[in-house]
Amino acid sequence: MKPLLRPLRTDIQETRQTMLLIKCPYCDEERPELEFRNAGEAHLVRSSSIVEQSDDDFAAFLYFRQNPKGLQFERWRHIHGCGRFFNAVRDSVSDKFLTVYKAGEPRPNVEQFVVQPAAPVEPGEEPQAKPARGAKKAEV
Amino acid sequence: MRKYSVFALAREALRAHKGWEQQWTSPEPKAEYDVIIVGAGGHGLATAYYLAKEHGITNVAVLEKGWLGGGNTGRNTTIIRSNYLYDESAGIYEHAVKLWEGLSQDLNYNVMYSARGVMMLAHNIHDVQVFKRHIHANRLNGIDNEWLTPEQVKEFCPPINLSADARYPIIGAALQRRGGTARHDAVAWGYARAAADRGVHIIQNCEVTGIRRAPNGAVIGVDTNRGPINAKKVGVVAAGHTSVIMNMAGVRMPLESYPLQALVSEPVKPLIPCVIMSNTVHAYISQSDKGEMVIGAGTDQYTSYSQTGGLHIINHTLDAICEMFPVLTRLKMLRSWGGIVDVTPDRSPILAKTPVPGLYVNCGWGTGGFKATPGSGNVFAHTIARDEPHRINAPFTIERFTTGRLIDEAAAAAVAH
Repeated sequence: MKPLLRPLRTDIQETRQTMLLIKCPYCDEERPELEFRNAGEAHLVRSSSIVEQSDDDFAAFLYFRQNPKGLQFERWRHIHGCGRFFNAVRDSVSDKFLTVYKAGEPRPNVEQFVVQPAAPVEPGEEPQAKPARGAKKAEV
Repeated sequence: MRKYSVFALAREALRAHKGWEQQWTSPEPKAEYDVIIVGAGGHGLATAYYLAKEHGITNVAVLEKGWLGGGNTGRNTTIIRSNYLYDESAGIYEHAVKLWEGLSQDLNYNVMYSARGVMMLAHNIHDVQVFKRHIHANRLNGIDNEWLTPEQVKEFCPPINLSADARYPIIGAALQRRGGTARHDAVAWGYARAAADRGVHIIQNCEVTGIRRAPNGAVIGVDTNRGPINAKKVGVVAAGHTSVIMNMAGVRMPLESYPLQALVSEPVKPLIPCVIMSNTVHAYISQSDKGEMVIGAGTDQYTSYSQTGGLHIINHTLDAICEMFPVLTRLKMLRSWGGIVDVTPDRSPILAKTPVPGLYVNCGWGTGGFKATPGSGNVFAHTIARDEPHRINAPFTIERFTTGRLIDEAAAAAVAH
Protein backbone atom coordinates (compact mmCIF):
# COMPACT_ATOMS: atom_id res chain seq x y z
CA MET A 1 0.00 0.00 0.00
CA LYS A 2 1.21 3.46 -0.87
CA PRO A 3 0.97 6.01 1.91
CA LEU A 4 -1.71 8.64 1.65
CA LEU A 5 -0.62 11.29 -0.82
CA ARG A 6 -1.09 14.14 1.63
CA PRO A 7 -2.90 14.85 4.87
CA LEU A 8 -6.55 15.46 4.40
CA ARG A 9 -7.74 19.08 4.23
CA THR A 10 -4.64 20.91 5.35
CA ASP A 11 -6.16 24.08 3.94
CA ILE A 12 -8.80 24.21 6.65
CA GLN A 13 -7.56 24.63 10.18
CA GLU A 14 -10.85 24.02 11.90
CA THR A 15 -14.13 22.57 10.84
CA ARG A 16 -17.09 24.67 11.72
CA GLN A 17 -20.51 23.10 11.88
CA THR A 18 -22.64 25.91 13.23
CA MET A 19 -24.30 28.92 11.73
CA LEU A 20 -22.53 32.27 11.45
CA LEU A 21 -22.71 34.79 14.26
CA ILE A 22 -23.09 38.22 12.73
CA LYS A 23 -22.82 41.62 14.34
CA CYS A 24 -25.29 44.19 13.06
CA PRO A 25 -23.63 47.63 13.20
CA TYR A 26 -26.99 49.31 13.70
CA CYS A 27 -28.23 47.08 16.52
CA ASP A 28 -24.63 46.82 17.76
CA GLU A 29 -25.24 43.23 18.73
CA GLU A 30 -24.11 39.77 17.59
CA ARG A 31 -27.07 37.76 16.37
CA PRO A 32 -27.44 34.33 14.71
CA GLU A 33 -27.26 34.03 10.92
CA LEU A 34 -30.95 33.14 10.73
CA GLU A 35 -31.83 36.80 11.34
CA PHE A 36 -29.84 37.92 8.31
CA ARG A 37 -30.06 37.72 4.55
CA ASN A 38 -26.87 37.79 2.53
CA ALA A 39 -27.08 40.32 -0.29
CA GLY A 40 -23.98 39.60 -2.34
CA GLU A 41 -20.88 41.58 -3.20
CA ALA A 42 -20.69 45.05 -1.64
CA HIS A 43 -19.75 48.39 -3.20
CA LEU A 44 -21.35 47.68 -6.57
CA VAL A 45 -22.56 51.07 -7.72
CA ARG A 46 -25.23 51.37 -10.37
CA SER A 47 -24.29 53.86 -13.05
CA SER A 48 -26.13 57.16 -12.84
CA SER A 49 -26.87 56.94 -16.56
CA ILE A 50 -27.16 53.34 -17.71
CA VAL A 51 -28.26 54.60 -21.13
CA GLU A 52 -24.75 55.80 -21.81
CA GLN A 53 -23.12 52.77 -20.23
CA SER A 54 -21.63 50.15 -22.53
CA ASP A 55 -23.07 46.62 -22.57
CA ASP A 56 -19.82 45.33 -21.10
CA ASP A 57 -19.91 47.75 -18.20
CA PHE A 58 -23.55 46.99 -17.49
CA ALA A 59 -22.89 43.24 -17.60
CA ALA A 60 -19.99 43.76 -15.20
CA PHE A 61 -22.28 45.61 -12.82
CA LEU A 62 -25.10 43.11 -13.16
CA TYR A 63 -23.42 39.72 -13.33
CA PHE A 64 -19.62 39.64 -13.09
CA ARG A 65 -18.24 39.20 -9.59
CA GLN A 66 -14.86 39.11 -7.89
CA ASN A 67 -15.76 35.96 -5.91
CA PRO A 68 -12.41 36.12 -4.09
CA LYS A 69 -10.80 33.35 -2.10
CA GLY A 70 -9.81 35.36 0.96
CA LEU A 71 -11.05 38.70 2.22
CA GLN A 72 -14.24 39.85 0.63
CA PHE A 73 -16.60 42.77 1.00
CA GLU A 74 -20.22 41.75 1.14
CA ARG A 75 -23.65 43.13 1.96
CA TRP A 76 -25.96 41.73 4.59
CA ARG A 77 -29.45 42.72 5.62
CA HIS A 78 -30.68 42.30 9.18
CA ILE A 79 -34.01 41.20 7.79
CA HIS A 80 -35.47 39.74 10.99
CA GLY A 81 -34.13 42.57 13.11
CA CYS A 82 -33.78 46.22 12.25
CA GLY A 83 -34.25 45.44 8.56
CA ARG A 84 -31.31 47.56 7.44
CA PHE A 85 -28.52 46.82 4.98
CA PHE A 86 -24.90 46.93 6.09
CA ASN A 87 -21.52 45.79 4.81
CA ALA A 88 -19.06 43.30 6.18
CA VAL A 89 -15.53 42.09 5.55
CA ARG A 90 -15.34 38.32 5.77
CA ASP A 91 -12.64 35.76 5.01
CA SER A 92 -14.23 33.38 2.51
CA VAL A 93 -11.82 30.59 3.51
CA SER A 94 -12.45 30.57 7.27
CA ASP A 95 -15.87 32.30 7.08
CA LYS A 96 -14.71 34.57 9.91
CA PHE A 97 -15.95 38.17 9.97
CA LEU A 98 -13.21 40.78 10.31
CA THR A 99 -15.46 43.79 10.65
CA VAL A 100 -18.90 45.16 9.85
CA TYR A 101 -19.78 48.74 8.92
CA LYS A 102 -22.86 50.74 8.04
CA ALA A 103 -24.10 51.21 4.50
CA GLY A 104 -22.64 54.32 2.91
CA GLU A 105 -19.48 54.21 5.00
CA PRO A 106 -16.24 53.89 3.05
CA ARG A 107 -14.52 50.59 2.58
CA PRO A 108 -12.33 49.95 5.65
CA ASN A 109 -8.61 49.69 5.14
CA VAL A 110 -8.00 45.96 4.97
CA GLU A 111 -4.26 46.33 5.49
CA GLN A 112 -5.03 46.34 9.19
CA PHE A 113 -6.20 42.75 8.89
CA VAL A 114 -3.80 39.91 8.52
CA VAL A 115 -4.07 38.61 4.98
CA GLN A 116 -3.11 35.02 4.42
CA PRO A 117 -2.44 34.31 0.78
CA ALA A 118 -4.54 31.44 -0.48
CA ALA A 119 -1.63 29.88 -2.35
CA PRO A 120 2.09 30.60 -2.51
CA VAL A 121 2.85 32.58 -5.65
CA GLU A 122 6.05 31.73 -7.45
CA PRO A 123 8.34 34.77 -7.58
CA GLY A 124 9.10 36.11 -11.02
CA GLU A 125 7.54 34.87 -14.26
CA GLU A 126 4.36 36.78 -13.54
CA PRO A 127 1.91 36.42 -16.39
CA GLN A 128 1.24 39.50 -18.40
CA ALA A 129 -1.72 41.70 -17.69
CA LYS A 130 -2.25 39.97 -14.41
CA PRO A 131 -4.29 42.01 -11.97
CA ALA A 132 -3.38 42.33 -8.33
CA ARG A 133 -4.21 39.14 -6.51
CA GLY A 134 -6.58 38.90 -3.63
CA ALA A 135 -9.67 40.68 -2.53
CA LYS A 136 -8.13 44.05 -1.90
CA LYS A 137 -8.62 45.27 -5.43
CA ALA A 138 -10.76 48.37 -5.26
CA GLU A 139 -13.05 49.06 -8.15
CA VAL A 140 -15.52 51.60 -6.80
CA MET B 1 -4.37 -1.81 -19.92
CA ARG B 2 -5.81 -5.21 -19.16
CA LYS B 3 -9.52 -5.31 -19.67
CA TYR B 4 -11.82 -5.99 -16.79
CA SER B 5 -14.04 -8.98 -17.49
CA VAL B 6 -15.52 -12.01 -15.84
CA PHE B 7 -12.52 -13.98 -17.11
CA ALA B 8 -10.09 -11.53 -15.52
CA LEU B 9 -12.02 -11.85 -12.28
CA ALA B 10 -11.87 -15.63 -12.44
CA ARG B 11 -8.15 -15.57 -13.26
CA GLU B 12 -7.40 -13.26 -10.35
CA ALA B 13 -9.60 -15.26 -8.02
CA LEU B 14 -7.27 -18.20 -8.67
CA ARG B 15 -4.16 -16.03 -8.11
CA ALA B 16 -5.24 -14.47 -4.82
CA HIS B 17 -5.86 -11.18 -6.66
CA LYS B 18 -2.16 -10.45 -7.02
CA GLY B 19 -2.25 -9.68 -10.73
CA TRP B 20 -4.39 -6.54 -10.79
CA GLU B 21 -2.44 -3.64 -12.22
CA GLN B 22 -2.64 0.00 -11.16
CA GLN B 23 -5.62 1.70 -12.73
CA TRP B 24 -3.63 4.75 -13.75
CA THR B 25 -0.01 5.83 -13.47
CA SER B 26 1.35 8.93 -11.74
CA PRO B 27 3.97 10.27 -14.16
CA GLU B 28 6.24 13.23 -13.58
CA PRO B 29 4.99 16.26 -15.50
CA LYS B 30 6.60 16.81 -18.89
CA ALA B 31 7.88 20.23 -19.94
CA GLU B 32 5.16 20.65 -22.52
CA TYR B 33 1.75 19.28 -23.48
CA ASP B 34 -0.68 20.00 -26.28
CA VAL B 35 -3.51 20.50 -23.82
CA ILE B 36 -3.56 21.01 -20.06
CA ILE B 37 -6.77 20.45 -18.15
CA VAL B 38 -6.89 22.18 -14.76
CA GLY B 39 -8.86 20.02 -12.38
CA ALA B 40 -9.12 16.21 -12.24
CA GLY B 41 -12.75 15.88 -11.27
CA GLY B 42 -15.25 13.98 -13.38
CA HIS B 43 -15.66 16.79 -15.92
CA GLY B 44 -11.89 17.35 -16.33
CA LEU B 45 -11.08 13.66 -16.65
CA ALA B 46 -13.96 13.15 -19.07
CA THR B 47 -12.64 16.04 -21.16
CA ALA B 48 -9.19 14.43 -21.30
CA TYR B 49 -10.70 11.05 -22.16
CA TYR B 50 -12.77 12.38 -25.06
CA LEU B 51 -9.83 14.51 -26.30
CA ALA B 52 -7.86 11.29 -26.61
CA LYS B 53 -10.65 9.05 -27.81
CA GLU B 54 -12.58 11.23 -30.24
CA HIS B 55 -10.04 13.83 -31.31
CA GLY B 56 -6.76 11.91 -31.22
CA ILE B 57 -5.13 14.40 -28.86
CA THR B 58 -3.26 12.24 -26.39
CA ASN B 59 -0.46 14.62 -25.33
CA VAL B 60 -2.67 15.86 -22.50
CA ALA B 61 -2.08 16.50 -18.80
CA VAL B 62 -4.78 16.77 -16.17
CA LEU B 63 -3.46 18.77 -13.22
CA GLU B 64 -5.11 18.34 -9.85
CA LYS B 65 -4.41 20.34 -6.68
CA GLY B 66 -5.50 17.51 -4.39
CA TRP B 67 -6.39 13.97 -5.35
CA LEU B 68 -8.52 13.06 -8.34
CA GLY B 69 -12.24 13.03 -7.77
CA GLY B 70 -11.76 14.63 -4.34
CA GLY B 71 -13.76 17.76 -5.04
CA ASN B 72 -17.40 17.98 -5.99
CA THR B 73 -17.18 14.69 -7.91
CA GLY B 74 -16.76 12.96 -4.57
CA ARG B 75 -19.18 15.19 -2.69
CA ASN B 76 -22.41 15.18 -4.69
CA THR B 77 -25.57 13.14 -4.32
CA THR B 78 -25.04 11.31 -7.65
CA ILE B 79 -28.39 12.14 -9.21
CA ILE B 80 -28.79 11.87 -12.98
CA ARG B 81 -31.68 13.36 -14.96
CA SER B 82 -32.26 15.46 -18.07
CA ASN B 83 -35.78 16.83 -17.57
CA TYR B 84 -34.79 20.48 -17.99
CA LEU B 85 -37.17 23.03 -19.45
CA TYR B 86 -35.21 24.92 -22.07
CA ASP B 87 -34.02 23.44 -25.34
CA GLU B 88 -30.38 24.35 -24.66
CA SER B 89 -30.35 22.64 -21.26
CA ALA B 90 -32.32 19.67 -22.51
CA GLY B 91 -29.73 19.29 -25.28
CA ILE B 92 -26.68 19.09 -23.05
CA TYR B 93 -28.19 17.09 -20.18
CA GLU B 94 -29.83 14.61 -22.55
CA HIS B 95 -26.52 14.25 -24.39
CA ALA B 96 -25.08 13.28 -21.01
CA VAL B 97 -27.84 10.79 -20.17
CA LYS B 98 -27.36 9.07 -23.55
CA LEU B 99 -23.65 8.73 -22.75
CA TRP B 100 -24.42 7.49 -19.22
CA GLU B 101 -26.43 4.65 -20.72
CA GLY B 102 -23.38 3.17 -22.43
CA LEU B 103 -20.64 4.53 -20.19
CA SER B 104 -19.72 1.38 -18.28
CA GLN B 105 -19.15 -0.50 -21.56
CA ASP B 106 -17.34 2.46 -23.14
CA LEU B 107 -14.91 2.82 -20.21
CA ASN B 108 -14.74 -0.92 -19.39
CA TYR B 109 -15.47 0.23 -15.85
CA ASN B 110 -18.67 -0.30 -13.90
CA VAL B 111 -19.93 3.19 -13.07
CA MET B 112 -23.09 1.59 -11.65
CA TYR B 113 -25.47 3.80 -13.62
CA SER B 114 -28.84 2.84 -12.23
CA ALA B 115 -31.88 4.13 -14.14
CA ARG B 116 -34.14 3.80 -11.15
CA GLY B 117 -36.23 6.86 -12.00
CA VAL B 118 -36.26 10.43 -10.72
CA MET B 119 -39.61 11.46 -9.27
CA MET B 120 -40.33 15.14 -8.60
CA LEU B 121 -43.24 15.60 -6.22
CA ALA B 122 -45.98 18.18 -6.72
CA HIS B 123 -47.53 19.59 -3.54
CA ASN B 124 -49.65 22.44 -4.91
CA ILE B 125 -51.30 23.70 -8.08
CA HIS B 126 -48.24 25.71 -9.03
CA ASP B 127 -46.08 22.58 -8.89
CA VAL B 128 -48.59 20.71 -11.05
CA GLN B 129 -48.61 23.43 -13.69
CA VAL B 130 -44.83 23.78 -13.72
CA PHE B 131 -44.18 20.04 -13.92
CA LYS B 132 -46.76 19.49 -16.65
CA ARG B 133 -45.14 22.28 -18.63
CA HIS B 134 -41.79 20.58 -18.12
CA ILE B 135 -43.22 17.23 -19.21
CA HIS B 136 -44.57 18.71 -22.45
CA ALA B 137 -41.35 20.60 -23.14
CA ASN B 138 -39.28 17.48 -22.45
CA ARG B 139 -41.40 15.35 -24.78
CA LEU B 140 -40.98 17.88 -27.57
CA ASN B 141 -37.24 17.44 -27.06
CA GLY B 142 -37.50 13.65 -27.12
CA ILE B 143 -36.86 13.29 -23.39
CA ASP B 144 -38.95 10.88 -21.36
CA ASN B 145 -40.96 12.45 -18.56
CA GLU B 146 -44.45 11.49 -17.45
CA TRP B 147 -47.15 12.58 -15.04
CA LEU B 148 -48.11 10.32 -12.13
CA THR B 149 -51.30 10.51 -10.09
CA PRO B 150 -50.96 10.15 -6.29
CA GLU B 151 -51.92 6.47 -6.58
CA GLN B 152 -49.23 5.90 -9.18
CA VAL B 153 -46.75 7.73 -6.94
CA LYS B 154 -47.54 5.36 -4.10
CA GLU B 155 -47.25 2.37 -6.41
CA PHE B 156 -43.89 3.53 -7.74
CA CYS B 157 -42.54 4.46 -4.31
CA PRO B 158 -44.39 2.66 -1.47
CA PRO B 159 -42.84 4.43 1.55
CA ILE B 160 -44.19 7.80 0.49
CA ASN B 161 -46.67 9.44 2.89
CA LEU B 162 -49.94 10.06 1.05
CA SER B 163 -52.15 10.61 4.10
CA ALA B 164 -54.58 13.50 4.00
CA ASP B 165 -53.17 15.06 7.16
CA ALA B 166 -49.63 15.32 5.79
CA ARG B 167 -48.39 18.87 6.10
CA TYR B 168 -47.35 18.89 2.44
CA PRO B 169 -49.89 16.71 0.61
CA ILE B 170 -48.71 15.01 -2.59
CA ILE B 171 -51.03 15.64 -5.49
CA GLY B 172 -48.95 14.10 -8.22
CA ALA B 173 -45.43 13.84 -9.56
CA ALA B 174 -43.31 14.04 -12.67
CA LEU B 175 -41.28 10.91 -13.32
CA GLN B 176 -38.25 10.53 -15.57
CA ARG B 177 -37.69 6.78 -15.70
CA ARG B 178 -34.26 7.04 -17.34
CA GLY B 179 -33.06 9.26 -14.53
CA GLY B 180 -31.32 7.70 -11.57
CA THR B 181 -27.92 7.53 -9.94
CA ALA B 182 -24.36 6.42 -10.63
CA ARG B 183 -21.39 5.66 -8.43
CA HIS B 184 -19.58 9.00 -8.33
CA ASP B 185 -16.10 7.74 -7.44
CA ALA B 186 -16.26 5.07 -10.12
CA VAL B 187 -16.98 7.77 -12.68
CA ALA B 188 -13.78 9.62 -11.80
CA TRP B 189 -11.76 6.41 -11.58
CA GLY B 190 -13.20 4.97 -14.77
CA TYR B 191 -12.43 8.11 -16.78
CA ALA B 192 -8.97 8.35 -15.19
CA ARG B 193 -8.14 4.74 -16.07
CA ALA B 194 -9.44 5.00 -19.62
CA ALA B 195 -7.73 8.36 -20.21
CA ALA B 196 -4.41 7.20 -18.75
CA ASP B 197 -4.63 4.12 -20.98
CA ARG B 198 -4.73 6.42 -24.00
CA GLY B 199 -1.64 8.31 -22.85
CA VAL B 200 -3.11 11.13 -20.79
CA HIS B 201 -0.95 12.18 -17.83
CA ILE B 202 -2.89 12.56 -14.59
CA ILE B 203 -0.78 14.62 -12.21
CA GLN B 204 -2.12 14.89 -8.68
CA ASN B 205 -0.88 17.19 -5.92
CA CYS B 206 -0.04 19.72 -8.61
CA GLU B 207 -1.60 23.10 -7.93
CA VAL B 208 -1.81 25.68 -10.69
CA THR B 209 -0.52 29.01 -9.35
CA GLY B 210 -0.47 31.06 -12.52
CA ILE B 211 -1.38 31.09 -16.19
CA ARG B 212 1.52 31.92 -18.52
CA ARG B 213 0.80 34.08 -21.52
CA ALA B 214 2.75 35.23 -24.57
CA PRO B 215 3.20 38.95 -25.32
CA ASN B 216 0.22 38.73 -27.69
CA GLY B 217 -1.92 37.50 -24.78
CA ALA B 218 -2.26 33.87 -25.88
CA VAL B 219 -1.86 31.12 -23.34
CA ILE B 220 1.51 29.34 -23.39
CA GLY B 221 1.24 27.28 -20.24
CA VAL B 222 0.76 27.29 -16.50
CA ASP B 223 2.84 27.78 -13.37
CA THR B 224 2.44 25.08 -10.77
CA ASN B 225 3.89 24.17 -7.41
CA ARG B 226 5.93 21.60 -9.37
CA GLY B 227 7.29 24.15 -11.80
CA PRO B 228 6.11 25.70 -15.05
CA ILE B 229 4.49 23.50 -17.69
CA ASN B 230 4.01 24.70 -21.25
CA ALA B 231 0.85 24.04 -23.20
CA LYS B 232 -0.75 25.22 -26.40
CA LYS B 233 -4.20 25.13 -24.86
CA VAL B 234 -5.46 25.21 -21.30
CA GLY B 235 -8.94 24.09 -20.25
CA VAL B 236 -10.08 25.22 -16.81
CA VAL B 237 -12.47 22.75 -15.16
CA ALA B 238 -12.05 23.88 -11.58
CA ALA B 239 -15.65 24.04 -10.29
CA GLY B 240 -15.78 26.22 -7.16
CA HIS B 241 -12.27 27.58 -7.76
CA THR B 242 -12.89 28.70 -11.34
CA SER B 243 -12.96 32.38 -10.37
CA VAL B 244 -9.56 31.99 -8.68
CA ILE B 245 -7.94 30.27 -11.68
CA MET B 246 -9.49 32.61 -14.26
CA ASN B 247 -8.32 35.60 -12.21
CA MET B 248 -4.77 34.39 -12.91
CA ALA B 249 -5.46 35.13 -16.57
CA GLY B 250 -7.17 38.42 -15.77
CA VAL B 251 -10.62 37.13 -16.72
CA ARG B 252 -13.49 37.94 -14.38
CA MET B 253 -16.33 35.45 -14.35
CA PRO B 254 -20.08 35.72 -13.72
CA LEU B 255 -19.71 33.24 -10.88
CA GLU B 256 -20.18 33.04 -7.15
CA SER B 257 -18.98 30.09 -5.07
CA TYR B 258 -21.35 28.75 -2.43
CA PRO B 259 -21.14 25.84 0.02
CA LEU B 260 -23.53 23.00 -0.81
CA GLN B 261 -24.01 20.37 1.84
CA ALA B 262 -25.17 16.78 1.72
CA LEU B 263 -25.51 14.01 4.25
CA VAL B 264 -26.04 10.27 4.51
CA SER B 265 -27.76 8.10 7.06
CA GLU B 266 -26.70 4.82 8.56
CA PRO B 267 -27.19 1.98 6.04
CA VAL B 268 -30.53 0.20 6.16
CA LYS B 269 -32.35 -2.42 4.10
CA PRO B 270 -33.65 -1.35 0.68
CA LEU B 271 -36.53 1.04 1.24
CA ILE B 272 -36.58 3.86 -1.30
CA PRO B 273 -36.52 2.46 -4.84
CA CYS B 274 -36.00 5.71 -6.77
CA VAL B 275 -34.74 9.27 -6.49
CA ILE B 276 -37.32 11.58 -4.93
CA MET B 277 -37.12 15.34 -5.17
CA SER B 278 -39.43 17.92 -3.72
CA ASN B 279 -38.72 21.48 -4.69
CA THR B 280 -41.52 22.92 -2.57
CA VAL B 281 -40.61 21.17 0.66
CA HIS B 282 -37.03 21.47 -0.54
CA ALA B 283 -35.07 18.28 -0.20
CA TYR B 284 -34.14 15.26 -2.24
CA ILE B 285 -33.32 11.71 -1.27
CA SER B 286 -32.19 8.43 -2.74
CA GLN B 287 -30.78 5.24 -1.28
CA SER B 288 -27.28 4.16 -2.18
CA ASP B 289 -26.40 0.57 -2.96
CA LYS B 290 -24.77 0.42 0.47
CA GLY B 291 -28.17 1.24 1.98
CA GLU B 292 -27.45 4.79 3.11
CA MET B 293 -30.07 7.44 2.56
CA VAL B 294 -28.33 10.12 0.50
CA ILE B 295 -29.90 13.49 1.25
CA GLY B 296 -29.37 17.00 -0.02
CA ALA B 297 -31.06 20.34 -0.50
CA GLY B 298 -30.01 23.91 -1.22
CA THR B 299 -26.84 25.92 -0.74
CA ASP B 300 -25.90 28.13 2.17
CA GLN B 301 -26.77 31.76 1.58
CA TYR B 302 -23.27 33.26 1.55
CA THR B 303 -20.28 32.74 -0.72
CA SER B 304 -17.46 30.70 0.74
CA TYR B 305 -14.51 28.45 -0.07
CA SER B 306 -14.61 26.67 3.29
CA GLN B 307 -16.17 23.38 2.07
CA THR B 308 -18.47 23.46 5.07
CA GLY B 309 -21.72 25.19 5.89
CA GLY B 310 -24.21 25.94 8.60
CA LEU B 311 -25.89 23.21 10.60
CA HIS B 312 -29.28 24.90 10.25
CA ILE B 313 -29.22 24.12 6.51
CA ILE B 314 -28.96 20.40 7.26
CA ASN B 315 -31.60 20.77 9.94
CA HIS B 316 -34.00 22.34 7.47
CA THR B 317 -33.29 19.59 4.97
CA LEU B 318 -34.07 16.89 7.50
CA ASP B 319 -37.26 18.70 8.53
CA ALA B 320 -38.44 18.27 4.96
CA ILE B 321 -37.32 14.63 4.73
CA CYS B 322 -39.15 13.73 7.95
CA GLU B 323 -42.32 15.41 6.70
CA MET B 324 -42.23 13.39 3.49
CA PHE B 325 -41.05 10.12 5.06
CA PRO B 326 -42.23 9.74 8.67
CA VAL B 327 -40.71 6.25 8.49
CA LEU B 328 -37.25 7.82 8.46
CA THR B 329 -37.63 9.98 11.57
CA ARG B 330 -35.72 7.55 13.80
CA LEU B 331 -32.87 7.06 11.35
CA LYS B 332 -29.41 8.17 12.51
CA MET B 333 -27.40 10.41 10.24
CA LEU B 334 -23.91 9.09 9.68
CA ARG B 335 -22.00 12.03 8.26
CA SER B 336 -22.41 15.33 6.45
CA TRP B 337 -20.05 17.34 4.29
CA GLY B 338 -19.86 20.35 2.03
CA GLY B 339 -18.55 21.17 -1.41
CA ILE B 340 -18.00 24.50 -3.12
CA VAL B 341 -20.25 25.02 -6.11
CA ASP B 342 -19.78 27.75 -8.72
CA VAL B 343 -23.14 29.31 -9.48
CA THR B 344 -23.98 31.47 -12.50
CA PRO B 345 -26.72 34.11 -12.45
CA ASP B 346 -28.98 32.02 -14.74
CA ARG B 347 -28.04 28.67 -13.13
CA SER B 348 -26.82 27.30 -16.45
CA PRO B 349 -23.21 26.28 -17.05
CA ILE B 350 -20.53 27.96 -19.12
CA LEU B 351 -18.64 25.74 -21.61
CA ALA B 352 -16.83 28.10 -23.87
CA LYS B 353 -13.85 29.83 -25.32
CA THR B 354 -12.68 32.84 -23.34
CA PRO B 355 -11.36 36.26 -24.39
CA VAL B 356 -7.85 34.80 -23.92
CA PRO B 357 -6.69 32.78 -26.96
CA GLY B 358 -6.01 29.15 -26.05
CA LEU B 359 -7.90 29.38 -22.74
CA TYR B 360 -11.18 27.48 -22.38
CA VAL B 361 -13.50 27.23 -19.44
CA ASN B 362 -16.03 24.65 -18.29
CA CYS B 363 -17.76 25.90 -15.15
CA GLY B 364 -20.93 27.21 -13.60
CA TRP B 365 -22.54 23.81 -13.08
CA GLY B 366 -23.70 25.07 -9.73
CA THR B 367 -25.57 22.53 -7.68
CA GLY B 368 -26.12 20.00 -10.47
CA GLY B 369 -22.96 19.18 -12.39
CA PHE B 370 -22.54 15.48 -11.70
CA LYS B 371 -25.37 14.38 -13.99
CA ALA B 372 -23.75 16.18 -16.90
CA THR B 373 -20.25 14.71 -16.47
CA PRO B 374 -20.02 12.64 -19.69
CA GLY B 375 -21.84 15.15 -21.88
CA SER B 376 -19.89 18.07 -20.50
CA GLY B 377 -16.53 16.41 -21.05
CA ASN B 378 -17.58 15.27 -24.51
CA VAL B 379 -18.55 18.68 -25.89
CA PHE B 380 -15.79 20.51 -24.00
CA ALA B 381 -13.20 18.22 -25.61
CA HIS B 382 -14.73 19.14 -28.96
CA THR B 383 -14.50 22.84 -28.08
CA ILE B 384 -10.81 22.57 -27.16
CA ALA B 385 -9.82 20.31 -30.05
CA ARG B 386 -11.58 22.29 -32.79
CA ASP B 387 -11.29 25.73 -31.14
CA GLU B 388 -15.00 26.12 -31.67
CA PRO B 389 -17.96 24.94 -29.63
CA HIS B 390 -19.96 21.82 -30.38
CA ARG B 391 -23.53 22.51 -31.53
CA ILE B 392 -24.74 21.41 -28.09
CA ASN B 393 -22.62 23.79 -26.00
CA ALA B 394 -22.66 26.73 -28.43
CA PRO B 395 -25.31 28.60 -26.37
CA PHE B 396 -23.35 28.23 -23.11
CA THR B 397 -20.99 31.17 -23.64
CA ILE B 398 -19.68 33.80 -21.22
CA GLU B 399 -20.93 36.46 -23.62
CA ARG B 400 -24.56 35.55 -22.95
CA PHE B 401 -24.35 37.62 -19.77
CA THR B 402 -23.51 40.67 -21.88
CA THR B 403 -25.92 40.07 -24.75
CA GLY B 404 -28.73 39.07 -22.41
CA ARG B 405 -29.34 35.73 -24.17
CA LEU B 406 -29.57 33.86 -20.87
CA ILE B 407 -30.61 30.22 -20.41
CA ASP B 408 -32.66 30.99 -17.37
CA GLU B 409 -33.04 27.66 -15.59
CA ALA B 410 -32.88 29.69 -12.37
CA ALA B 411 -36.43 30.79 -13.06
CA ALA B 412 -37.58 27.65 -14.84
CA ALA B 413 -36.10 24.75 -12.99
CA ALA B 414 -35.80 23.23 -9.61
CA VAL B 415 -33.99 24.89 -6.77
CA ALA B 416 -32.26 21.59 -6.34
CA HIS B 417 -30.57 19.57 -9.04
